[in-house]
Amino acid sequence: MSAPAKLPRWAELGLLPLINLGVALVVAGVIIKILGESPLAAFKLMATGALGTQEGIGYTLYYATNFIFTGLAVAVAYHAGLFNIGAEGQAYIGGLGTGLVCLYLGTWPFGVVLPLAVLAGAIFGAAWAFIPAWLQARRGSHIVITTIMFNFIAAALMTYLLVNVLIKPGQQSPETREFSANAVMPAAHELLAKIGITVVATPLNLAFGLALVAAAGVWIFIWRTRWGFALRVAGANSAAAVYAGISPPRIIVGAMLISGALAGGLGLNELMGSQHRILMDFPSGAGFVGIAVALMGRNHPVGIVVAAVLFGALYQGGSQLSFDLPKINRDMVVVIQGLVILLCGAMENVFRAPLTALFARVRSGRGIE
Amino acid sequence: MSKEPAAPPSTPPDAPPALELRGIDKRFGAVHANRAITFAVAAGSIHGLIGENGAGKSTLMNIVYGFHRADAGEIRVQGRAVEIGSPQQAIAAGIGMVHQHFMLVENFTVLENVVLGVEGGALLAGGLAAARAELGRLARDNGLEVPLDAVVSELSVGLQQRVEILKALYRGAEVLILDEPTAVLTPHEADQLFAMLRRLRAQGKAVILVTHKLREIMAVTDRVTVMKQGAVVAEVATRETSPRGLAEHMVGRAVLLQVEKRPAQPGAELLSVKALEVRDRLGVARLKSVSFNLRAGEIVGIAGVAGNGQSELLEALAGTRAASRGEISFGGRDLVREQLDPRARRALGLAHVPEDRLRMGVVAGFSAADNAILGYHDAARFNRGGLRDEAAIRAACAAKMAEFDVRPPQPELRLAAFSGGNQQKLVLAREIDADPQVLLIGQPTRGVDIGAIEFIHKRLIALRDAGKALLLVSVELDEILALADRILVMNGGEIIGELARADATEEKIGLMMAGVRAEVSP
Repeated sequence: MSAPAKLPRWAELGLLPLINLGVALVVAGVIIKILGESPLAAFKLMATGALGTQEGIGYTLYYATNFIFTGLAVAVAYHAGLFNIGAEGQAYIGGLGTGLVCLYLGTWPFGVVLPLAVLAGAIFGAAWAFIPAWLQARRGSHIVITTIMFNFIAAALMTYLLVNVLIKPGQQSPETREFSANAVMPAAHELLAKIGITVVATPLNLAFGLALVAAAGVWIFIWRTRWGFALRVAGANSAAAVYAGISPPRIIVGAMLISGALAGGLGLNELMGSQHRILMDFPSGAGFVGIAVALMGRNHPVGIVVAAVLFGALYQGGSQLSFDLPKINRDMVVVIQGLVILLCGAMENVFRAPLTALFARVRSGRGIE
Repeated sequence: MSKEPAAPPSTPPDAPPALELRGIDKRFGAVHANRAITFAVAAGSIHGLIGENGAGKSTLMNIVYGFHRADAGEIRVQGRAVEIGSPQQAIAAGIGMVHQHFMLVENFTVLENVVLGVEGGALLAGGLAAARAELGRLARDNGLEVPLDAVVSELSVGLQQRVEILKALYRGAEVLILDEPTAVLTPHEADQLFAMLRRLRAQGKAVILVTHKLREIMAVTDRVTVMKQGAVVAEVATRETSPRGLAEHMVGRAVLLQVEKRPAQPGAELLSVKALEVRDRLGVARLKSVSFNLRAGEIVGIAGVAGNGQSELLEALAGTRAASRGEISFGGRDLVREQLDPRARRALGLAHVPEDRLRMGVVAGFSAADNAILGYHDAARFNRGGLRDEAAIRAACAAKMAEFDVRPPQPELRLAAFSGGNQQKLVLAREIDADPQVLLIGQPTRGVDIGAIEFIHKRLIALRDAGKALLLVSVELDEILALADRILVMNGGEIIGELARADATEEKIGLMMAGVRAEVSP
């Protein structure tokens, strides 16, 4: 019975993340104060900027869509005992697949283009995850190292392709030509207009719905199928997996393929939904934010969706902040986001022990001496 | 394990007890783990604390050692009330604990492990020299000889345990708690441990021996406290009690210490092994040309000192470890040549209860229901369409829990929340429920309490009587003698001899375990 007492579920899932978030905001507030702005005013501006207007909400959910895809990617790998740092590169290459379908088959009807684009994004993302997975499964090369490396390889490869191969002739910026109208994801304001609801135009699009479908699919897969069960067994106890006739190498490869495929969903939102072309560095860090989102969301799809919306709000509120308060520039916003990632992700256990002890004391009815 | 006369009390009778617990009470949520526990341990005595798994022994000792804080009650050391909120405070109060699972840094030397945390200064050299001198004295006084400069991972389990005891003594322990110390020891190592404990007693230390083995209590303790369901149900002088009496206190009813069984009626050969060889990653042969067979309706026991190839044999048969050569014929197939994985072997009717339950047999963080389908999770009865049939999985687990008396009968409870005995009953239920022809079973009662041992032994014999073949690997010679119809003794990766149960005695087996071949011994 020497295992530490556990936190009640509501504290584990609700209170602890809130404390972490609160501390991150306090530290950020101190920095804002040092810069000479009022922290309260800044946070208020961030909150209203992210959630106070239709436009803010639209942008928040649009950012959140990317984070849901990458967060799910990290979570599936995590359940198999793998730390996939490569969602960034997988999203980048996955987007290439989606983009190629949109560029070269984009004149087909949308009902055909969409499934093809989804499939291509998934296959390209999965293929990029396959190589580190195979190296881990067969050669024991550590997946953390290889997936990090593959982010750089992906970036270099995409730069080469955009500069030398896919670039729209006759221009300087390394971007492809625009997708044709059939290969554009319907925007939320267009879809809502069809059922008579008028909202402001934002980049929020159908990909958000696809992300939610993916989240539901991941939940069913992990907790309601025998393959998900095998994956969790291999992740929790690989000796028990071998005993049960589950092949850990096969699970490693399978989990990483699914992980990469999920990361590949980012292109649906970013390219088909917003940019309508392939351009440099479109994942812009969402693969790494996905790690924080998965950690904060306890690798559970519901938690991931909630955490993704929170990070979406941080992104949107942050850009509002740098827009309105001149002393807080773009980099300062990244600092605030970094603090949240640091405290909610990397240091999420810092407050667990004291909180657990507090609960144990309150429960034992002795109070705090 | 001969019983020595109790040492004369080395402290005057009016001296306060070395450790006294008064009204210790502890709840974990709904579980009342300790109910007003009161008992005292005199200096210069060995006190047994016995009870089934889940009786609250470990909780109580963890309170004494500062891992948990009692809800109510008082701990007194040498007559003084002390506040123990952490292991550091326990050590400062003169309490030392040797855990069942050792807390040693494997790639450090013995000396480095002993001084770890009490180096006494920024530079190691001075502390190490002082420790070397002090440990030399401790070794002379207590017979605790340990090679101080050996790396811990190269020591035998018995010696590692000795290092743990040295660690506690070096920190000035006057009260030494040992939690299930013999679970990992050979009978000979256990005897050495007991001799050591008697010497500590003679020096006036108070020793608390936490165990569920009656034999040990009878062999070495002066007094014994029996716990059941969180409360003390008896405290007696050891010489005034008997194993049967203690067992009744523990379980709350009369128990059979030796399960009755009829002579075996061996039938057709179900499994045969020819010249089986297993090599480890370094290419060293761990199993050398092992051949034997298993027939329907018999239990074949594999005896041997741990680490002589029994584990490798069991794993090679189950398919969790690859055999490098030889033949395993089962169900008309050659499992080695066809390289069948554990799942395929299970499908043929070869079930396996692994030796190390927590490492291999279960996933501690998963629910009991999930654990009850481990290895059978692909079976049609647990799936509907592409999805798991949650209702069927839960119902199957509930049925197994009812049949094998797993408590508490809650399929959704995390496996780690069950006691060792109940975990083992669930594993056994899972494997027997699949109706195997051959059951491989390693250490069936390791970390399992008396009530559950009786139950498990009965189930294994019932399985034999139903015409199945059982291969039993156990380091407990008593268990082999109680269950096996035929005994194979392993030494150095070989089967060194075979005995029919009727011819087997502890002496004969012991000789073979030590490597004396059957042919040469008359």
